[in-house]
Amino acid sequence: MRMTAGIGVITFPGSLDDGDAARAVRRAGADAVPLWHADADLRGVHAVVVPGGFSYGDYLRCGAIASFAPVMGAVIDAARRGMPVLGICNGFQILCEAGLLPGALVRNAGLHFVCRDQRLRVEAADTAWTSDYDTGAEIVVPLKSGEGRYVASASVLAELEDQRRVVFRYLGDNPNGAAAAIAGICSADRRVVGLMPHPEHAVDPLTGPSADGVPLFTSVLAALTATAT
Amino acid sequence: MARVVVDVMPKPEILDPQGQAIAGALRRLGFAGVGSVRQGKHFELDVDDAVDDETLHKIAETVLANPVIEDWTVRRA
Repeated sequence: MRMTAGIGVITFPGSLDDGDAARAVRRAGADAVPLWHADADLRGVHAVVVPGGFSYGDYLRCGAIASFAPVMGAVIDAARRGMPVLGICNGFQILCEAGLLPGALVRNAGLHFVCRDQRLRVEAADTAWTSDYDTGAEIVVPLKSGEGRYVASASVLAELEDQRRVVFRYLGDNPNGAAAAIAGICSADRRVVGLMPHPEHAVDPLTGPSADGVPLFTSVLAALTATAT
Repeated sequence: MARVVVDVMPKPEILDPQGQAIAGALRRLGFAGVGSVRQGKHFELDVDDAVDDETLHKIAETVLANPVIEDWTVRRA
């Protein structure tokens, strides 16, 4: 019997996009396993998606309270052992606050909440979540965030570029003033990826601008198969 | 119990668009002479006397502020 990969999708108080993330996981052919913020139990999943929204009302700082949630302790431990983790929007903010990814997301330059279909370039197709893209591919997925401006120290930015850990970059006008137009980055082991735009909203042309988001969710299945063999 | 105050400010090199918006509003309202504004956070904690300075600094560094983007000060009021 061939086991279907289980991909956990966390729900925090204030999560909005856990439903679409689970749908994207299922569309890629995996089981979407709901995970609850208050349970330090990953229910045997092989990878985790930290979805978008406004966890804990964005109190203190976006993602700050969520990064201390019981489930995140388990996610951090598993990520340090190589489990793939994807953080989308608020999930990206949470992964930065948790220290799984460097840098931080701050208020958009110009203060506008940006909500639009955003062109991106896939800069690195050798991460656990992007192997089904070609490096240099241009994709369109929704961007919807008020605090999406990626910042990091000059040394961290240089390290990200040197190690080719900028995974997605904004094309066209920089929508939020992010450093080096960075839309998404990965960890040093290339298993943890965070991005501000929402690939889970772009899995079906019926409901999104494209199906350009699907490869993130299929890529991780290939990464899990490669790990298992 | 003692009152402890933690002030958190965006690092100088971090663009503070909220502060800029406030400065712009002040100019529009006719308040002359305000050069720039930066917006931060002010926390007041009531803590047992037994809580030492090291613990207070750890609270500030790990929870109240994000050292990547913010500076902070801790003082007993």
